[in-house]
Amino acid sequence: MLVQSSLLLKRLGLATATVVALLAEPGAEAKTPADTLVIAENIDDIISFDPAEVYEPTAGEIINNAYDRLFTYKPGDYSKLIGDVAESWTTSDDGLTYVLKVRSGLKFQSGNPVTAADVAFSLQRVILLNKTPAFILTQLGWTPDNVKQQVTATDANTVQLKLSTAFAPSFVLNVLSSSVASVVDQKEALKHEAKNDFGYDWLKTHSAGSGPFHIVAWKPKESAVLEANAAYDRGKLNLKRIIYRHIPESSTQALQLQKGDIDIARDLSADQIKSLSGDSNITVQGASKVNILYLGLNQKYEPLTKPAVREAIRWLVDYQGLSDNVFKGHWRPHQTVIGSGLAGALDDVPFKLDVAKAKQLLAAAGYPNGFDLEIDTPNSSPYTEIAQSIQSTFTQAGIRVKLIQADQKQVYTKVRARGHQTVIGFWSPDYLDPHSTVEWFASNPDNSDQSTHRTSAWRNSWDIPDLTKATAAALLERDADKRQAEYIDIQKKLQADSPFVVLFQETEQAATGKSVQGLILGPSWDTPAYWQVSK
Amino acid sequence: MTSLLHQRDAVLHRPRRLRGVVTALQTALVILATLIGLAAITFAIGRFLPTDPVIAAVGDHASAQLYQETRLAMGLDRPIPLQFLAYLDRLIHGDLGQSLLTGQPVTSDLASFFPATFELSTAALLIGLAIGVPLGVIAAARQGRLTDHLIRVVSLTGYSVPVFWFGLVGLVFLYVKLGLVPGPGRIDVAYEYAIEPKTGLILVDTLLAGNWEAFLDAAHHLLLPAAILGYYSAACISRMTRAFMIDALHHEFITTARVKGMSTASVLWSHALPSVAGPLITVIALAYASLLEGAVLTETVFAWPGLGLYITNALFNADLNAVLGGTLMVGSAFLLLNMATEVLQKRLDPRGQHP
Repeated sequence: MLVQSSLLLKRLGLATATVVALLAEPGAEAKTPADTLVIAENIDDIISFDPAEVYEPTAGEIINNAYDRLFTYKPGDYSKLIGDVAESWTTSDDGLTYVLKVRSGLKFQSGNPVTAADVAFSLQRVILLNKTPAFILTQLGWTPDNVKQQVTATDANTVQLKLSTAFAPSFVLNVLSSSVASVVDQKEALKHEAKNDFGYDWLKTHSAGSGPFHIVAWKPKESAVLEANAAYDRGKLNLKRIIYRHIPESSTQALQLQKGDIDIARDLSADQIKSLSGDSNITVQGASKVNILYLGLNQKYEPLTKPAVREAIRWLVDYQGLSDNVFKGHWRPHQTVIGSGLAGALDDVPFKLDVAKAKQLLAAAGYPNGFDLEIDTPNSSPYTEIAQSIQSTFTQAGIRVKLIQADQKQVYTKVRARGHQTVIGFWSPDYLDPHSTVEWFASNPDNSDQSTHRTSAWRNSWDIPDLTKATAAALLERDADKRQAEYIDIQKKLQADSPFVVLFQETEQAATGKSVQGLILGPSWDTPAYWQVSK
Repeated sequence: MTSLLHQRDAVLHRPRRLRGVVTALQTALVILATLIGLAAITFAIGRFLPTDPVIAAVGDHASAQLYQETRLAMGLDRPIPLQFLAYLDRLIHGDLGQSLLTGQPVTSDLASFFPATFELSTAALLIGLAIGVPLGVIAAARQGRLTDHLIRVVSLTGYSVPVFWFGLVGLVFLYVKLGLVPGPGRIDVAYEYAIEPKTGLILVDTLLAGNWEAFLDAAHHLLLPAAILGYYSAACISRMTRAFMIDALHHEFITTARVKGMSTASVLWSHALPSVAGPLITVIALAYASLLEGAVLTETVFAWPGLGLYITNALFNADLNAVLGGTLMVGSAFLLLNMATEVLQKRLDPRGQHP
């Protein structure tokens, strides 16, 4: 009997070993060829590739490589706009009409030439389809009723844009450099049109642009594939193919990079980056992003309405400690709303952890024994680390913190309803003009519950008629230097006293295989570009 | 009261065919009621989630006008019971709605994500069976001895240690250090777009395409995640098998068989094990069902695009159509499994049937 069962075990063991041996041949993996770039990233946020609908980071970066825009930035210098599809432009004296000349010789992936008609079509369909990012262009006064008259192709390579207000030219050009102003191949889009949708249904899963790559395939939650455009003649492409693999777990991304099965890992944490930086086969690349983290102090909560309390809170955050010990390069101290590196940025960092000073300020405000405070925070990194650090430093000054952790979307829902006391918020500009950011923090035209402008200033119940006026005025300032000075002034006011305590600015860290060169990450959610990459 | 009993007896003693029809109708009604109940509860929970589904659809910076328009378009201004009836109406016509997160119809999402989970779960269950049942039998046969203790420790580790930890550690050793298994994902990048997704089951699709290398590659990718989940299943199955077998081995018919001179192997495998087949099938079905609802952590670690990840993501983003669709899918799988288990039990263990 002993013999029988151990024999069975042996047979089972042998069978398993044979199966494993048959299947587990090392080196059966196909390593990526030199003309294919494999990127490991969480691509869960993709819902569509139509430029009139794209508003998520991954889709944004993909269409940045498939389409050209009217205006763009020189890679490396994101404070200066240059013309891309727009070769030259003129503004009328009253600032209400722009005439753009389309660059000649540009070709779409289909082989069709890029013409003014395509530009007009691309801009018009954004307004007519009215998807999430349409608000970026409707700011220019374009509506579904008037856009066909306001945006016209006056001849084969001239586009005329009529605006409702004489905005600052830098604002207009910035808006036209955002992803929603990508130039779409009209003929190709209309070829696949269904039910007068301007090609929307087809463009959700295909691209029709003039960029270096085009979209070949997309499997939700699995992968997306781009291939180089044969018709692209604005530079030599070293890559034939780009494959995005959806790898939701960052540790898995790190393992795959170590093994050499992927070329770029995009979602690694600061700790993982640190542990990989010792590996000689891996390079770590950093790029300053314009994303910031901040505390929002809801003015509905009595203690937070006292200026001295708001100032005390600015002295109660351990900016340096968090940056050095916890974030290790991923987030760095920054204390104004516009991220550094952009036009209008202000790099003053006057606040640091000073509990004694904070205690004095709280006593002067009438809270010598502190008060109770609820902080709402998304339950993921980096919010949780900041929340825990703040809880301990606030307590030292007597502010008794209760942390309310929830999923990010839940927190947004609560803050949108002004139901929070304090929240740890994240801001990423929709387009690179200072107005996008400043409007969010310093404009609150209607503080009532019926307001249709739910900016962060509104969400934190901050009633600011003067700052709202100043923000609106800066939008119309046509002198570039004056305009910049106005934004710096507004930021200084926000920094000195506001419900916003800006904490950190992001540095994106990507780890790549040693041989990968020419990767451009850029400051925004849609600036990564692969046209110069070689392996 | 007596008349009711008479009626019941009358039905039970009717000719077989009619009894079969009645049973079939009863089963159909039970299934329908269960699914509708499931949908109703999930719908209610979904509508009371503290996450705003409109924000998930239009994003946080959308204008108030777009927010309102989308809210109306999603029917969220109507009373909840009416919303549910509208959902049921679409459901009857086979329309599960569109997912907010993928932008695709939920039916096509399920058609691609469920087969991935099905493949992984089935492979894991087969491994769990192949290892768990024999180990349980041997442990019962050698109860109290060293073999028994070893097996119990092994199975304790299996269901105590978190599956995702095993997954990551497995990847570190077997993938990075030893190169014995390929990395995460269902199939290598080189074959991914070469195979037409006819069934969604990659092992089947690669064979249908006649691509032997792709088949081996897919099986290779399936190996580690299935083995880890299989270990977990094996742990649970071996425990229950051991318990049932110990109980069975004390019965008189076992002593009789031994006295008659039958070999131990024969006693264990031909007499004792079949006698516990009934309850064992239930345990195995439960293990299978829990695998089928999608092991979200395993799927995350191994980048396996399955149902677990789909439903979890949908839940966090208040993607109600996807949550409902996924829940109904899992509920239906449970019900089917339940029915199959009952049929199997009747076949394997005639003692359970009505006289």
